[in-house]
Amino acid sequence: MRLFSNTAVLLQKELQAEFRSHELLTTASVFILIVIVLFSFTFDPTSAESRKFGPGLLWLAFLFSASLMLQPCFLKERTNDTLSALRLVVNDPFAIFLAKLCANTIFLLVTELLLLFVFAVFYNVGVIAVFPQLALVFFLGSMGVATTGTALSAISSQARMREVLLPLLLLPLLVPVLIPSTEATKALLEKEPVLRWDWLGILIAFDVVFLTALWLFGEYLLEE
Amino acid sequence: MSQRIARPVGLKFTNIEKRFGKLYALRRLDMEIGPGECVALTGRNGSGKTTLLRVGSRLTRPTRGEVAFPGLKESEAPAIGYVSHAVMLYDELTAQENLLLFARLLGIPEPINRIQSLLNGTNLASRAASLVRTFSRGMKQRLAIARALLQEPGLLLLDEPGTGLDTESTVWLVNTVRCLRDEGRTIVMCVHGESALSQLATRAARLDAGTLIADTRAGATFQNIFAAVEA
Repeated sequence: MRLFSNTAVLLQKELQAEFRSHELLTTASVFILIVIVLFSFTFDPTSAESRKFGPGLLWLAFLFSASLMLQPCFLKERTNDTLSALRLVVNDPFAIFLAKLCANTIFLLVTELLLLFVFAVFYNVGVIAVFPQLALVFFLGSMGVATTGTALSAISSQARMREVLLPLLLLPLLVPVLIPSTEATKALLEKEPVLRWDWLGILIAFDVVFLTALWLFGEYLLEE
Repeated sequence: MSQRIARPVGLKFTNIEKRFGKLYALRRLDMEIGPGECVALTGRNGSGKTTLLRVGSRLTRPTRGEVAFPGLKESEAPAIGYVSHAVMLYDELTAQENLLLFARLLGIPEPINRIQSLLNGTNLASRAASLVRTFSRGMKQRLAIARALLQEPGLLLLDEPGTGLDTESTVWLVNTVRCLRDEGRTIVMCVHGESALSQLATRAARLDAGTLIADTRAGATFQNIFAAVEA
């Protein structure tokens, strides 16, 4: 129970800090917006082309923006050594990870869902009818990105060349998230939308495996 | 600043060794600090003082050796107040929000009353609603000490707590540490040379290249430990 109460307290702190500064949400939103708009003007895709290539473009934009968003996740805890202060008072270090990955999932999901409508307008793709299903795919995909990214952010924040290290480690590891997320999104944007549970199953399995690994080995990632 | 007197906790280092790659920060260090002692830890830059405190606070795992807390059962987690070089506070939160965050994580009952008492004690009550990023170094340091005292720790580890403080804040710090010492808390503080703060110590120890080279209680040799560092 202490794990969950500590997680709730830390999550509240993460949300409070972000909604006060808007640093992460603004950066990620602007990045995704630029990618969507630039690609739209460059390729000027038809509705059929958008349904075919749009999901891949959308998820690549999400992944790159996530690597920007996840970079400061643990780095900002190093500035005033607040991570040490947290480690001194939190019994289970998994609470620190759980709060951060919940916060990162929320930030990613909010950004993705907001930008989904911009994508729909620029690429002439209907999303309203399948919005709940898309939200589910985005949630599972974002959770996979956030779980892996939070763990790697803890590792890279201690390293030299940390700005380069996170994307280098993160992007190859996220291929198993990128493919099912893109395929599941693509199936939902077809003229006859289908919720592909086979791809969602892979996403759920990925989330469970990485979450368990973080629970088991997270403590070691925070050590000096 | 504090009404309740904490149960003093000792600190015992047995054969502690800490390596960072090929660099030895601590070498086979043995030291036992009894409950209620106030120890001034001194030594040149890079002598291992900070590493020793971080090992004592269990933030850093030693490469070899053991850290124990005499006065506590094995199953009990020690309440440690730690003040480091960095202030360990969130710049983007207010003073009150910072203390409330840590108080809630510690599960302190009636945290608002405790925080109010600490803010009054550190003369920061009027700035409780200000963001920490707007604070001076001295104010941050006072708030860091308030954070360290939230859970009424029996063991206080202070890493150069006087760094960056003006005269007024230094006087406040000395009075606060004296008060904490007189309450019976165990205090280990890193200091550079002799100062008003080091004079509060009941024991002085000196590190050199990760080795404990002098350790004495108040007496004739006490001042020599600081003099050796200043020389």
